[in-house]
Amino acid sequence: MNAINREQVRALVVEVVTGIAPEIDLAKIAPDRPLRAQIDIDSFDFLNVIICLSERLKMEIPEADYGELATLDGMLDYLAKKSAGAG
Amino acid sequence: MALATTDTLSGATRADRVGDGAAPTAAPIKKAAGHIAPNLKDYADACATFSWERARRELDGLPGGAGLNIAHEAVDRHAAGARADHLALRWLGKDGSVRDFTYRELAAATSRFANVLATLGVHRGERVFVLAGRIPEFYIAVLGALKQRCVVSPLFSAFGPEPILARLTNGAGSVLVTTPALYRKKIAGLREHLPQLKHVLLVGDEADTVAGTLDFAALMRAASSLFRIGPTSAEDPALLHFTSGTTGKPKGAIHVHQAVVAHHVTGKLALDFHPADVFWCTADPGWVTGISYGIISPLTNGITSIVDEGDFDAERWYRVLEEQKVSVWYTAPTAVRMMMKGGAELARRHRFPALRFIGSVGEPLNPQAVEWGRQAFGLPIHDNWWQTETGGIMVANYAAMDIKPGSIGKPLPGIECAVVRRREDGAVESIEEPDIEGELALRRGWPSMFRGYLNDDERYRKCFAGQWYLTGDLAKRDSDGYYWFIGRSDDMIKSSGHLIGPFEVESVLMEHPAVAEAGVIGKPDPLQFETVKAFVSLKAGFEPNETLRRDLLGFARKRLGAAIAPKEIEFLADLPRTRNGKIMRRLLKAREPGSPAGDTSAPESCV
Repeated sequence: MNAINREQVRALVVEVVTGIAPEIDLAKIAPDRPLRAQIDIDSFDFLNVIICLSERLKMEIPEADYGELATLDGMLDYLAKKSAGAG
Repeated sequence: MALATTDTLSGATRADRVGDGAAPTAAPIKKAAGHIAPNLKDYADACATFSWERARRELDGLPGGAGLNIAHEAVDRHAAGARADHLALRWLGKDGSVRDFTYRELAAATSRFANVLATLGVHRGERVFVLAGRIPEFYIAVLGALKQRCVVSPLFSAFGPEPILARLTNGAGSVLVTTPALYRKKIAGLREHLPQLKHVLLVGDEADTVAGTLDFAALMRAASSLFRIGPTSAEDPALLHFTSGTTGKPKGAIHVHQAVVAHHVTGKLALDFHPADVFWCTADPGWVTGISYGIISPLTNGITSIVDEGDFDAERWYRVLEEQKVSVWYTAPTAVRMMMKGGAELARRHRFPALRFIGSVGEPLNPQAVEWGRQAFGLPIHDNWWQTETGGIMVANYAAMDIKPGSIGKPLPGIECAVVRRREDGAVESIEEPDIEGELALRRGWPSMFRGYLNDDERYRKCFAGQWYLTGDLAKRDSDGYYWFIGRSDDMIKSSGHLIGPFEVESVLMEHPAVAEAGVIGKPDPLQFETVKAFVSLKAGFEPNETLRRDLLGFARKRLGAAIAPKEIEFLADLPRTRNGKIMRRLLKAREPGSPAGDTSAPESCV
């Protein structure tokens, strides 16, 4: 698997989140605060986002790691790091 | 977008869902004696010795024979007695902060709010709405408003502006307690449509900067903490719980102060409350569970309640259970399935020596989930059944009674259930033979039975046939007297434990310029039981493409809120209709994978 850079991950996250919640404008989100505190998505939307990212990036995202994905920055850091680290 | 990992979930699969009429496959879970004897030791005996009069005598009544008030039973009588310094509420903030309230402190805070209302000229009988997340002020406002003898109507903070407007209008709310963020996002734009809304009180930072509102904290600071509850009749309205209907607007179920008799005793019998218990109800107070058992029942029983502001997070939940030494836990099947998905190993990294009893409500708890409790916590999960209209738990699995996984249990002492069918002449008769499906009915007159739907007497009357309250749920009773939930008798959707009315969702979709017709159903889902799915046909000139689909999805989510908006939208050229023009939602539903082939002739029901 090729590592993808942070910008590509960001573009993917925007695509996936707005696919599930099209009314959201991620440009208005503070990247370092929990996503769910800023926008109206429920636990299942969030879960669907993670599953979709997992499929698109062909990487496993275990439940124990979900806490790292709470903020946009956290998501980008986690996904970019994992994508680089995976063999 | 469907979950991709449905096949690999360790939790619910559609095959586990009870109600296909087949014999249950899971073995009964037998109970051994523990070291804390349950309040209900023997079911038959408890039923034989129970009376509502005796139950009523467990409450104090207002001093001086002034009647019965929920807030007095929940707070003031403990604050004036031996439990004054007992911890009543422990609030756990999302950010890690903790706020504790003893009964004495809770009495003071709730009395302050009652005085705030009085000073604002808000009188007995006026409706006080609360729209907020699980913040301490939600609980203080509810109890304080009950002291002032107002009618409290809680709202789920994830509702969008349309559902909120419908409820505030129907209930003619004169006061709203909310937060600046929720106000700006969901209320400010509605003010001109809410002429009866006199006072909006904001809780939180910047509360003093929003025009047209009042600062909750400032008003509380200026108020006295002494308040004498005025005379309250047991039949005075106390709570207004909105619940959706298949057709028409959401209905406001009216509960009176007498409901507290049922709240109190069902907490003892179905949730096994003991004086030293630490209780955690995970339900949001926007729903009836979060009021009856998130607030009232544990407090009338004088025990400690945990309130967690945070959203579902398995790891956090296990920490709360462990650190707070929760002994009785009341949660929902959706949450259990989410925990199952994460695996029992995550739970087993923690220890729960204090945890004694786990209950669940919202939709039937599938057998795998009942059993999973044992793997994760060493305890099976006890399903119970009730509705907004019933005010409290009606059918339950008890601590001392064997569980039949998948069954909702047996009726509470004092509650009489039947499985009924409609006869040719329209009358309703009880089905005595076991294992025959029919509509679940309750003999009318228990203390927490709703007294009406606000401004809709006709709909209320339709819920009753002679002595029976018709629940709209299909069920059967087996030869051992255990009840089994089959499904709804109408088109209502059950998603994440919440009942959602298709009409409310369809109405919003119809407001979109491209939409000609909309039919909304519950699509079977392994985590949420059902998800909201909309079928939409378009007006001439509109193309059923991805761009439009996304636009509609966003449109619905913005208006309805994520909790009740469709998760999926499918375009159809035409929606199937009956001869008299009603959308045949059952046909739409029958096409979905996992749906039982439905009987498409809907019986008459009260919704």
